[in-house]
Amino acid sequence: MLLPLFEALEASAIGEAIRDSLWLFPIVEAFHLVGLAVIGGAILVVDFRLLGLGLRTQPVSKLARDVQPWVIGSLVLMILSGFPLFLSEAIKCYYSFAFWTKMTALLLAVIFTFTIRRSVAFAPDGRFSPSSYKAVAITSIALWSTVGWGGRWIGFS
Amino acid sequence: MEWLANTEWSIALHESRYAYAIVESIHVWALCLFVGFAVLLDLRLIGAIFRGVPVSHMTKRLLPWTKVGFAVMVVSGVVLFYAIPLRTYYNVFFRVKVILLILAGLNAFAFHNGIYRNIAKWDTDGPAPRAARRAGMVSLVLWAAIVFSGRLIAYNWFDCGKPQSTLINAFAGCTPDMIDPYSQ
Repeated sequence: MLLPLFEALEASAIGEAIRDSLWLFPIVEAFHLVGLAVIGGAILVVDFRLLGLGLRTQPVSKLARDVQPWVIGSLVLMILSGFPLFLSEAIKCYYSFAFWTKMTALLLAVIFTFTIRRSVAFAPDGRFSPSSYKAVAITSIALWSTVGWGGRWIGFS
Repeated sequence: MEWLANTEWSIALHESRYAYAIVESIHVWALCLFVGFAVLLDLRLIGAIFRGVPVSHMTKRLLPWTKVGFAVMVVSGVVLFYAIPLRTYYNVFFRVKVILLILAGLNAFAFHNGIYRNIAKWDTDGPAPRAARRAGMVSLVLWAAIVFSGRLIAYNWFDCGKPQSTLINAFAGCTPDMIDPYSQ
């Protein structure tokens, strides 16, 4: 059912332009990787704090609010750079286990980050127990790591 | 270098179906921890994030993790080099990356032995003093360029033997027997 859609996406002008160019794919991917470092840092710094590591002298809610624009900004950069990469090899992605793993994890990670994780991290310190902090942080790290690893493995398949 | 490429482990690594990919995934994961946290510190110096957090808290609490991330980056990076030593050694982007890494190291060294020495005076300032802001900006640019050049090592655009300027051949360290005489 999805295959015709993926075929159409692969045939798109952007997909074709990237395939035809020697350097476009690597350059866009390098931007994707720089974005990864930023989103990784912005996610991890709060997850570490929830685990009681890193910036543990700062209130969780303050850190989480401060870092939120960077999470959103780098997520936008990731999607803007990731979508053209996908367009250039949509059919390969359709048959790639790593791709579907990544997209499933990404969907779950985004929903989790902007619902449960957000309400726990934005709440005044003390509202939630240390163990719920830990559960949220571990879930977040597990989901986002799956997104990252899945993404890297699209290239190996 | 050739001797390194012919060692048993180097061949095993690069012929293995999964080992290389796993080490590279670790390299990419540690990137989030190391570059991610370094970027946060740089952004704090510039005053773009965590303005209310004293700079000394950032360095005291985050730098140990940055060091852990850096150690993982170096170890996994050395293994990646060891898996494909010859090609990497003569790769233009690898050489650019090493130079940029040295510059980033010098920048961090200059920061810690310069303006950071009197951190007490500006610890809680939103944007740090000019010298610290400059160190933060330089660091951001260098690390972005390091990620870029690292990613591009995978491409053979400027490999020895390609028709290209002698300048590039010299920078890549190509020996005369590696250069195609008819391509010049």
